[in-house]
Amino acid sequence: MSLPDKQGHFGKFGGRYVPETLMPVLMELEQSYRKYRNDPEFRAEFRYYLKQYVGRPSPLYFAENLTRKLGGARIYLKREDLNHTGAHKINNTIGQGLLAKRMGKRRVIAETGAGQHGVATATIAALFGMECEVFMGEEDIRRQALNVFRMKLLGAKVTPVSAGTATLKDAMNEALRNWVTNVHDTFYVIGTTAGPHPYPEMVRDFQSVIGREAKAQFRKAEGRLPDVLVAAVGGGSNAMGLFYPFLNDTGVRMIGVEAAGFGIPTGKHAAPLCAGKVGVLHGNMTYLLQDSHGQIAHAHSISAGLDYPGVGPEHAWLKDTGRAEYVSVTDDEALAGFKLLTETEGILPALESSHAVAHLVRLAPQLPNDTAIIACLSGRGDKDIHTVADAMGVVL
Amino acid sequence: MGRISETFKRLKKEGQKALVTFITAGDPDLETTARLIPLLENSGADIIELGVPFSDPMADGPTIQLSSERALASGTTLAGILALVENVRRKTEVPLVLMGYYNPILQYGPERFVADAAKAGVDGVLLVDLPPEESAGFRSIAAAAGITAIFLLTPTSDGQRMKKVLALGSGFLYYVSVTGVTGARKQVETSVADRVAEIRTRTKLPVVVGFGVSTPDQAAQIAEIADGVVVGSALVKLFEQFHGVALEQRLAENVAALKQGMS
Repeated sequence: MSLPDKQGHFGKFGGRYVPETLMPVLMELEQSYRKYRNDPEFRAEFRYYLKQYVGRPSPLYFAENLTRKLGGARIYLKREDLNHTGAHKINNTIGQGLLAKRMGKRRVIAETGAGQHGVATATIAALFGMECEVFMGEEDIRRQALNVFRMKLLGAKVTPVSAGTATLKDAMNEALRNWVTNVHDTFYVIGTTAGPHPYPEMVRDFQSVIGREAKAQFRKAEGRLPDVLVAAVGGGSNAMGLFYPFLNDTGVRMIGVEAAGFGIPTGKHAAPLCAGKVGVLHGNMTYLLQDSHGQIAHAHSISAGLDYPGVGPEHAWLKDTGRAEYVSVTDDEALAGFKLLTETEGILPALESSHAVAHLVRLAPQLPNDTAIIACLSGRGDKDIHTVADAMGVVL
Repeated sequence: MGRISETFKRLKKEGQKALVTFITAGDPDLETTARLIPLLENSGADIIELGVPFSDPMADGPTIQLSSERALASGTTLAGILALVENVRRKTEVPLVLMGYYNPILQYGPERFVADAAKAGVDGVLLVDLPPEESAGFRSIAAAAGITAIFLLTPTSDGQRMKKVLALGSGFLYYVSVTGVTGARKQVETSVADRVAEIRTRTKLPVVVGFGVSTPDQAAQIAEIADGVVVGSALVKLFEQFHGVALEQRLAENVAALKQGMS
């Protein structure tokens, strides 16, 4: 069965829990998406930009040093960090940007946490000649100064959000408010597989180029399917992109890695699949960090891109059906993963992707030498240098 | 017949329009809310909407966001609000509508919520982020408990959408007069009269207009074309500056002026 259903549900998850003003707008968006997703011209243009502008296909790199160091399964890295703008986010913004253009919208807005999606949206706005406003929590603006400056250089207006926890969830609230107010000329580019239908489906489809390429590349390398897929999960777009083309290959294990922050027992984490409860936020039903009264809790992760109390509804579905497993790693483990990959392979991973690397450290040694893991290296770590230096007690 | 329908029927007989006032329950605390409900009624409010505070109010402008934060900071919960309604209901028959977001209700348990709300004396519920498509289950249990589920139409609703929403609505139809979030506006959008007229040709439900209405003049304008006017942020704004007796005086003055403007 192909999910989501017509109302955007993955089982009980997903859907459209939004103010009435947005309902007609989401239906229009869904219709446009249905029309263009199979339109040969749209697809050709999407492929053109992914190849010529983003630089796809991204390599599937056999991490020989890391494999030897950890001992066990052979480790392959899907190098989304080598994309233009330095992360997987651009795959989705190209797709939504082309759709916005066809829908005649001249203005795009976006929410951002780490700033990667904000940069990717500002980039396509510059490319396609659109006005761009990015909403970003004040706390994130502080810890991601480099990306804020990049967005401004790209011509975007960066609007600080001080409400609530001043992080990604509050930026998303503010982007939704701005969209409700400016629906006539504005396209909301959501950066992850969350939000109201059709976003979780649409973002997954645009990102599934990751998994399709990885599948073909791995077949070429080893002549078979990989045994395990590993990817970090915040909202879950790089993981969904990697997992989706393998969903029906039931022999392939899929593992999503959430941010355990200071540790799940401390309550200061961003792991709704591992330790949250089902609820409704930002237009969809999913696992959320919340108190017993249904008030959304503060998330914590050293990685701004994972610092979100919810998760895409399709991941909630994959968890409940058991098709995918979800684990978590702490800030400290992620930092160790960051250092390990940097030292063994000469690759600086984003702190988000460092969570996937950290899980490899646990997993790979337990698996036999003739098995293979594909891990998604969703972004590069340059943007996180200051955070890493802080954590190491180094003053730059 | 419920209190909401009775109120509209009575007002129609009197040639009056309904003044619907919104305040956030628990801002700054529930004791204050308990005092303010009879005060609002005595000053001219015909229906009172109580906001159920939520940590992530995505349809609200800054005034109601801050109000929700104050209410949550004083420890306001849905259970506390229901206890408050039960208390107040001993003293007044004014229709009370709870307005808010779905997640607090979902965690309370929708069935338990409608049962407790009906018992406490709540008349209607308006959930901003529970559109008709997601509300089938909630509508049926609410109807069974005698709670009115209220829906909204907006400037973005086309004919097909109106048909869908109007088929499900009960109590009254809430027309959102602006494409945007809650909050006071300088002017009433000119399209409101046409839109309300169109909605009236399609439904027998009373139509009230809200979002952006703040002055007696604006309320008077709306009262000419609709069955009622909702005023929220303009009243909630007073909670930022005034407290105690001063707040009560200001609220009473403002509500009386709004009602007078509409009469």
